Amino acid sequence: MLLLSCLLLRPAFADPVVIGSKTFAESYILAEAAAQLLESKGYEVQRRFGLNGTQIAFGGLENDEIQVYPEYTGTITEVILARPELKEFAEIQAALGDLGLVLLTPLGFNNAYAIAASVTSAKRYGLERISDLIDAPELRITLPHEFLNRQDGWPGLQEHYGFSRSAAGIEHSLAYEALNTDKTDIIAVYTTDGQIVQSSLVILEDDRQFFPRYLAAFLARKDVDPNVLNILDTLGGRIDDQRMREMNLEVLDSQNSYAEIATAFLRDEGLVSTSNEGPTALSNLAKNTARHLKLTAIALLLAIITGVGIAAIVYSHEKLASAFLYFTGLLQTVPSIALLALLIPLVGVGQTPAIIALFLYSLLPIARSTITALLAIPPAYRQIAAAMAMTTAQELRYVLMPLAMPYVIAGIRTAAVISIGTATLAAFIGAGGLGDPIVTGLALNDTRLILQGAIPAAVLAILTELLFGAIERSLVVPHMRSSAQAQ
Amino acid sequence: MVDYAAELINVRLQRGKVTALDNISLALPYGQTTAILGASGSGKSTLIQLIIGLLTADQGTVTTLGQTLHNDNLAGIRKRIGYAVQDVALLPHFKIRENILLPARLSGWSESEQDKRLAELLQLMQLPGSVLDRYPHQLSGGQQQRAGLCRALILRPELLLLDEPFSGLDTMTRRGIHAQFLQMREKVRISTVLVTHDPEEATRLAEHIAIIRSGQLQQFGPVQWVLEQPANDYVRDLCTGLAADLV
Repeated sequence: MLLLSCLLLRPAFADPVVIGSKTFAESYILAEAAAQLLESKGYEVQRRFGLNGTQIAFGGLENDEIQVYPEYTGTITEVILARPELKEFAEIQAALGDLGLVLLTPLGFNNAYAIAASVTSAKRYGLERISDLIDAPELRITLPHEFLNRQDGWPGLQEHYGFSRSAAGIEHSLAYEALNTDKTDIIAVYTTDGQIVQSSLVILEDDRQFFPRYLAAFLARKDVDPNVLNILDTLGGRIDDQRMREMNLEVLDSQNSYAEIATAFLRDEGLVSTSNEGPTALSNLAKNTARHLKLTAIALLLAIITGVGIAAIVYSHEKLASAFLYFTGLLQTVPSIALLALLIPLVGVGQTPAIIALFLYSLLPIARSTITALLAIPPAYRQIAAAMAMTTAQELRYVLMPLAMPYVIAGIRTAAVISIGTATLAAFIGAGGLGDPIVTGLALNDTRLILQGAIPAAVLAILTELLFGAIERSLVVPHMRSSAQAQ
Repeated sequence: MVDYAAELINVRLQRGKVTALDNISLALPYGQTTAILGASGSGKSTLIQLIIGLLTADQGTVTTLGQTLHNDNLAGIRKRIGYAVQDVALLPHFKIRENILLPARLSGWSESEQDKRLAELLQLMQLPGSVLDRYPHQLSGGQQQRAGLCRALILRPELLLLDEPFSGLDTMTRRGIHAQFLQMREKVRISTVLVTHDPEEATRLAEHIAIIRSGQLQQFGPVQWVLEQPANDYVRDLCTGLAADLV
């Protein structure tokens, strides 16, 4: 009966809602909160988290690979629309509307650059506003490298406020440490950095409105089910700067996973009543491993068919063969992340570009070993085959294949192990797999999460080695195996 | 019944810039052994490959077992020919039994037919049954050659083409195989073409001898006649000291 009512509550025949996130803690938390909220209302949700950068996340939205993800108004005007003159929410909404997109009610916090001073320095120099810096020339200023050079960073700020002050560069994550240990007086921060909660610092008021606002809000496609948008819209205005900082800090301290933090937030807000158990580590592992194997297996299968097939056709034509090997070799030199990124405009994000990339990487080892193997067959064997009046199929079965098999298996084995490793990068473009926890772990600085992907991936690589060892033992006579030839 | 095991008339074959065979006419008697004698690169292996259709002549005609080779009869004629080469080319992934029986399997022989023929050949070639379950690399050079001959003979061919089959062997082993070859010929009269660079082997094993130099036929006839009446200085030099052995 309970089951039946659950089924009835569930929207009928709905496709899953695909939610994306970028690769930093805040984006994960917000996307997960949206996902859990929808799931609590009976919607099926597909998570494509950890999309590596605005281009990939927004590209995914445009291509309908994802339907909604958290974005910032500043990023929308500066990067996506490249129209920094848009300031008002209504203007931005109108410009997005032309692209078939809609921005939901802002969540309530502003994650922008800000200038902060340590409490002691603020007291000593009487700092409350950025314009107070004008009359305090002896301040030690330490800023992230990027901020130091961007026109919407330090140079623009000085121009806007009408002062000129030299500043030292530092890694963003180390700036707080420098401030806490009184190595510097002034740093630049993001207004929702979790570290702000821990550090005793004062954020200086941007009294002349230099910094653009980076209001967080869910960016969605207009064609998403309006009920879904209405549900997500209820998250609007519920998270202020301090609340976001605290949630970011929880991730930073690895107290709780981002999923647990999102659950706690939704419960505090009374948006979900029952405890919403997220997927367990084990079911995640199974899901990721299955996806990983699927990506690798499809790519490998296609590469075997194509690689062996093309090799068998071109090996006897020296020029064709070397051109083919040159081409596949060239593909090998394209860095995997770059190859994945290049494929996005062609086939979007998700599993397809990942499979294509893995396929292209697998081609070379398979084709090269097959061509080498076929060329290495002494002509006497082929003469004997012809003299026995063998048909092409018989020659392939009794002569060429058995002679080439050890090399071909070795090539496939290499390709398989490379693919298992490379497939972890596919998570950057939302293809899932064991790279998912690695990418998330890297983004959230969570070693435990990284290991949840890295260890199974390594185990998978070892198992693949063993599997191909077994395949070779079953197909190749002992003295022709690669182990025998190495001796 | 055909008169000649193979017949070449005015055959010419160009391989790249080299004239491999130049206007060769040769009729190899049926049921007898003919040696094709020449130095390496003289074109003697080319000749044997023409006979089995691995190469095609640029000019002239090649008739094998009474038929001119073309695509339609090639497979049928090849099944009536046994072919063995210097490299032996026993397939390394098959045991000796499978290697020898491969042509019979391809021809769809029954198991009992295969076993019967295999036993005959082992006895003929004096190979112990223990070699059957070994792989080629586990056999001595002489055993490999004899296994290669078994494979060439498995289908009871009418014509046996041997391309330097004994060249890779040391002198002692070669003498042993020569003796076996002669014994075998006593039992089965089979048209044989033996390509060799060794005048002693040619005169010892063959009834007829064709001497080729740089793609040109120097002399062709019964061994005794060639030894006694060499056609030119080249043949005379080649055969010096061999006549005495034979007599």
